[in-house]
Amino acid sequence: MEPSNNKQLNTNKLFIVAGLILLGFGMIYGLTGAFQYLVPGFLKKYFSFEKIRPLHVSAVVFWIILGAMGSVLFYLQQYTQKKLHTPWLTKVQLLVFLFTILAILTSYCFGMFGGREYWEFPPLLALPILFGWLLFLYNVINTIGSIRNQPVYVWMWLTGAVFFLFTFLESYLWIFPYFRNNIVNDMTVQWKSYGSMVGAWNMLIYGSSFFLMEKISGDKTYSTSRMGFLLYFIGLFNLMFNWGHHIYTLPTYHFIQYVSYVVSMTELLILGRIIYEWRASVSTARRHFHHAAYKFILAADVWVFLTLLLAIGMSVPALNIYTHGTFITVAHTMGATIGINTFLLLAIAFDILHETCLTFEPNTKLFNRTYFVINASLFAFWISLIAVGVMQSKWQMSEPRILFGSMMVELKPFFISFFIFGLILTIGILIIIYPLIKNQLLCYYTKSKSKKTT
Amino acid sequence: MAYDKHKFIIITFLLSAFLCYTCYIYNSLPRKASAMDEQSSAGKLIWQKYNCGACHQVYGLGGFLGPDLTNEYTARDTAFIKLFLKDASVFTPVMPVFNMPESEMDALLSYLKSIDASGKSDLRTFKVNSNGTIEQ
Repeated sequence: MEPSNNKQLNTNKLFIVAGLILLGFGMIYGLTGAFQYLVPGFLKKYFSFEKIRPLHVSAVVFWIILGAMGSVLFYLQQYTQKKLHTPWLTKVQLLVFLFTILAILTSYCFGMFGGREYWEFPPLLALPILFGWLLFLYNVINTIGSIRNQPVYVWMWLTGAVFFLFTFLESYLWIFPYFRNNIVNDMTVQWKSYGSMVGAWNMLIYGSSFFLMEKISGDKTYSTSRMGFLLYFIGLFNLMFNWGHHIYTLPTYHFIQYVSYVVSMTELLILGRIIYEWRASVSTARRHFHHAAYKFILAADVWVFLTLLLAIGMSVPALNIYTHGTFITVAHTMGATIGINTFLLLAIAFDILHETCLTFEPNTKLFNRTYFVINASLFAFWISLIAVGVMQSKWQMSEPRILFGSMMVELKPFFISFFIFGLILTIGILIIIYPLIKNQLLCYYTKSKSKKTT
Repeated sequence: MAYDKHKFIIITFLLSAFLCYTCYIYNSLPRKASAMDEQSSAGKLIWQKYNCGACHQVYGLGGFLGPDLTNEYTARDTAFIKLFLKDASVFTPVMPVFNMPESEMDALLSYLKSIDASGKSDLRTFKVNSNGTIEQ
């Protein structure tokens, strides 16, 4: 069996390290994009917004995907107490992903697109991603073996791996004229796949964070409890049927709106549980707060609450028409991708990467301060986005409307606000991830140097 | 685990429901007739080639740097849209000059026309029902 948290830099750790590097770049691209709202036309000649936005989105999405895959591959070995079914496949998988991501980011820099929103790269580059994911799925399924008597996180890993494959394929149905010959059909299938895909990677990340929480607390009862499985099934139910809130205003089938509206209300159960368990969560937090990984789990817990609150509001069609097409949806995405996904993956990264060949003790004072700054700036950033969204919503519903350009000028103070808080957030995240990446790479460098000398 | 059987029943039920829902949507797509001719279909690919969706929205989905273009075809003169596509810097410092060939501009216009014909994106036209649903 491969020892847990061993000091060597192995392939599974490299998934996380590569993801962290992408996160750093993703934040910088995002900041550049935000600056283009302040100074229209900034870097237009080289990095206009239609290049910067996909650079930002893809870098962050691949951070989430690499982080999720790396955490599952690493924790799966800790859980089963044995090596992966075919370890060398993870090397191929990592190389395939790294070369493809590099090709995708390069294609954006040269203005080569061809795909749809979020997967804007030339469609041929989807093939290696598909291949890499199949390798991942093969290893996960074969390492797990039987699903009988497995804890909830194993169910989540399997669900996430299978559903990502399905939704990724579904998101490329547009290549067939049957699906793309009408914008309404095209967008219905597009948002069906995207809505569920987010649920799929959430399953992978939440599964890993449940495993991590079990490791920290030593309490193995939750992962096999009825409550654990009840919440898993609610999550799965939402993954499958709660994608319609993206397209309430699209002239598609009405039943899509009704199904999504009803299903989204089951999220109230999750919200209710968070409130009910609040006191217990606080006492657990006191016990484990010294743990760097736990700090990020706790922060993600708060963000689950805030994001869920916003998501449930946006799932009510009568409210959705006020939030749709505004920065309130961006606030929701940022809460989910930074506050939940990134914070959980950072918790996982601290757990997996903290033991290296070099002594790794994050400067506690700096870490604690940065942790506070990240959370405070993310909250201020989130509020700024909601404020811009409210102003946009007022404009969308006003009669008569002023010109779009004039509205954008009026929003400038809000853009300044989200840029400033975005800048602080970026600096904070770079400070947090720098020692993690540096230590791993230094170890790798030392290892390869010593190999050469011998 | 004694309740393993229940979990399998639930997951089988959920997966079957999901597959039925998916198959229904694929088989009976919301719009039966193709709204695109060859030119507008090519226009969709041009839209993707220049990544127009990074800045513009269709039915409120897309980027927020530029305006929603769902019904721009009827709101503007086609000559104006072409002029915009040729050199947007005359109107706005934000939009890049794409140096699009005439044939691509025509295809893009045709695509915008097909989007425009599919419905109205103006949120002010929606009616809110007492149960929280909306209709146009």
